[in-house]
Amino acid sequence: MPVLNSKELRLVGFLCNWCSYGGADTAGVARAGQPTDLRIIRVPCSGRVNPLFVVKALLEGADGVLVSGCHPRDCHYAAGNFYARRRLEVLKRFLPVLGIDNARFEYAWVSASEGQRWQHVVTSFTKRIHAMGPAPHFNDAKPLLRVADMALTALRPLGTAQNAAVNELKQAIKDKLPELNCVIGWQQGYDGAHATPLFMKTPEDVDKLSWGPFNVMNPAVYLPLFKGKKTGVVVKGCDSRSVVELLQENLIKREDVLIFALPCEGTLDIARVNEKLGRYTRINAVAYDEAGVTITADGKEHRFCMNDFAQGKCYGCATPMAVLADTRLGEPHKVNPGSSVPPELAMLDDMALSERMAFWRGQMERCLRCYACRNACPMCVCRDYCVSDSRDPHWMSQDADIKQKLFFQTIHALHLSGRCTGCGECQRACPVGIPILALRQQIARAVAQLFDDYKAGLDPAALPPLLGYEAHEKNIHERDWK
Amino acid sequence: MSTLRILTSDGLPAFLSFLSQKHHRVLVPVVKSANKRSVIFEPWRAGMPVVLEKATVPPKEAVLPQCETLLTYKKSKNQEDLGDITVSLDDTPEALSTVIFACRPCDARGFRVLDRPFLNGLFADPYYKARRESLTVFTITCSSGCNTCFCHWVGGGPSSPEGSDVLMTKIEEALMLQAISPAGETLLKDCDLPDGKDVFPRAEAVRKAAWASLAPAPDLKQVPQKIAALFGNDDFWQRQTSACLACGACTYFCPACYCFNITDEGDGFGVHGGRRLRSWDNCMSSLFTHEASGHNPRMRKMPRMRNRISHKFSTYPENWGTFSCSGCGRCISNCPVSLDIRAIVLTALNNAG
Repeated sequence: MPVLNSKELRLVGFLCNWCSYGGADTAGVARAGQPTDLRIIRVPCSGRVNPLFVVKALLEGADGVLVSGCHPRDCHYAAGNFYARRRLEVLKRFLPVLGIDNARFEYAWVSASEGQRWQHVVTSFTKRIHAMGPAPHFNDAKPLLRVADMALTALRPLGTAQNAAVNELKQAIKDKLPELNCVIGWQQGYDGAHATPLFMKTPEDVDKLSWGPFNVMNPAVYLPLFKGKKTGVVVKGCDSRSVVELLQENLIKREDVLIFALPCEGTLDIARVNEKLGRYTRINAVAYDEAGVTITADGKEHRFCMNDFAQGKCYGCATPMAVLADTRLGEPHKVNPGSSVPPELAMLDDMALSERMAFWRGQMERCLRCYACRNACPMCVCRDYCVSDSRDPHWMSQDADIKQKLFFQTIHALHLSGRCTGCGECQRACPVGIPILALRQQIARAVAQLFDDYKAGLDPAALPPLLGYEAHEKNIHERDWK
Repeated sequence: MSTLRILTSDGLPAFLSFLSQKHHRVLVPVVKSANKRSVIFEPWRAGMPVVLEKATVPPKEAVLPQCETLLTYKKSKNQEDLGDITVSLDDTPEALSTVIFACRPCDARGFRVLDRPFLNGLFADPYYKARRESLTVFTITCSSGCNTCFCHWVGGGPSSPEGSDVLMTKIEEALMLQAISPAGETLLKDCDLPDGKDVFPRAEAVRKAAWASLAPAPDLKQVPQKIAALFGNDDFWQRQTSACLACGACTYFCPACYCFNITDEGDGFGVHGGRRLRSWDNCMSSLFTHEASGHNPRMRKMPRMRNRISHKFSTYPENWGTFSCSGCGRCISNCPVSLDIRAIVLTALNNAG
């Protein structure tokens, strides 16, 4: 094909068997000249194209990826391309956060009879990629380490819940305890500056319940383990969204869970607290006041004001009170309306694509693939059947290289499309502090943009957007080829 | 008396450069700033800022990498008879002579835990052996305990020399270096650092003060039998493990955990052939005991966690006479839900059953 005289690039095409593959055939039979860069992989339906195929190709060195299927409302399997359209559009808005130019990925609709259209699609796409040149690689990027600026103004006052109705809560739990398998909450951990989950079975256990800024864990993560047993759970506002999402996906049953809630006044960023505390042998005292906590470690006092040491997610939190609960005690602070970009995402927004690639390169270098992020995620319910360590299918190598690690993070993020409630447990659990929450936040932003400001885990009756479709999408256009 | 040397902080780059001339790589702790600051070991290059802090990730990688190629294989077909396939293998261990600079006594003891099964078992592991034999360990003694560590419970201590070639103790702005092994002796004799005899008493005082800062240790002699006796007590294990998320953070950050998985990458045909990889595995993972038949004897996290505790505090001591835990406390500090292995061991110890 004379249009492209430069050296061939590596382009991967996923073509639906029924339409686009036929369209490419038609173009060939009609002797319509085509560039030879595209390596075609025939798939049964564009709905079969997992967005991860695209990411894997791009991470492994493809310079461009093209997905093409039947025109919407013309799918061989009735609705495959409707699902594909939503997923691929989310993917398109996700790739830039990794540092990959989303112009390197495109999707199109070509029917079997449209040989000429196929010729046009493949030629324009190839031309575009040639204009961009070979794709930069993660392995070639110079590691960049940057820390998000956490100095933020909260949408509501943050505090230490000094006036919370903890005793009433304990009584309410004790009253219900006889009919429950257990109630999940928090207790003091190995010292006064750490909490750990508590599984209350007896009234004595209930007395150990703690409520305050150290209750960082999301107890919803345990609920699917108790499916079929009537279980209680104490939640903060953000945790309740995870419970709702689990209900939405039928991973737990409403009649099986009893939800207890107090208004949350914010939780501490334990990583930053630990950093300030430094190496200490023992905690002498932990004193609370309205605005913060004073921890005395080895005789030295450290002050942690909630406004300065809260978790990033707490500043923009608009749901201090559980969105769904059976027992609600106390009145939450009013939330000032306003939007707030989470600090990790704001940091990435400010970077150029090449800087983002360098950033993830630097971050992923210290990932140990320990999967704390996955197992702390209440929505990661496959866990024992995760593709990341499965041998069948053998999706990922056990190699400890940055591309495999970033690919795993992408799997995790994309599997959470429209499901992630932003509880931030993935990032909090990471022992080496990789800001992976930013990937989920970008997905959540894309989902909100595409689906009328949809936020996961607010309505038990809602269907997560990536599990459904509309024949005529409001915010996704037909993508007529330009 | 072993060789003693004194190293001032401004002499550190020169000393590291001396070490890197003698050895292929020198691993030093460096800070990675992120939303959770972490300290990890990286090969030293001139100009690199070194921090003498306890690392977030232990330097276990130096002898047991997170992922290594055990062998590469290549298959080729006989063009005359396509059913006739020749396989060529390369399984030469790759070992770079390495110095670990400024790990902690618990990390160094971790190497000893690994040595027993890998070097002294029925079969010596050639890959491990090659790396272990070309490893020199410079350990910095701790000046105090910390909230999560418990090295003195399990036989170590803030200045335990076990597993180290050279022990270093910080005295104000200088380090006192003390040779422990013949390899350490040779290195210290060869370097041009001034003699450290004069400061030795001060270093000893620092070490004593560190010991004094530790909380009293319980007597764990009965622990192996106690834990073995609890094996069938499901209630006990259920209570101890209910908060566990079954991730692998505790094992991957443990200097004494050494379980691995072996996987093949590629069918061996083609230009690049295939690779057999050995990568870290952990008993918290469901695939850990997944049998070829499809059966998994440890389907739930309770038996998996029981395995972890039992291996460290009961079966390993039964086989090798000492705990496979060096008390570094990283499993506690890195646990997403702050599970405390010390509490589990103590509960087992005090359990009447």
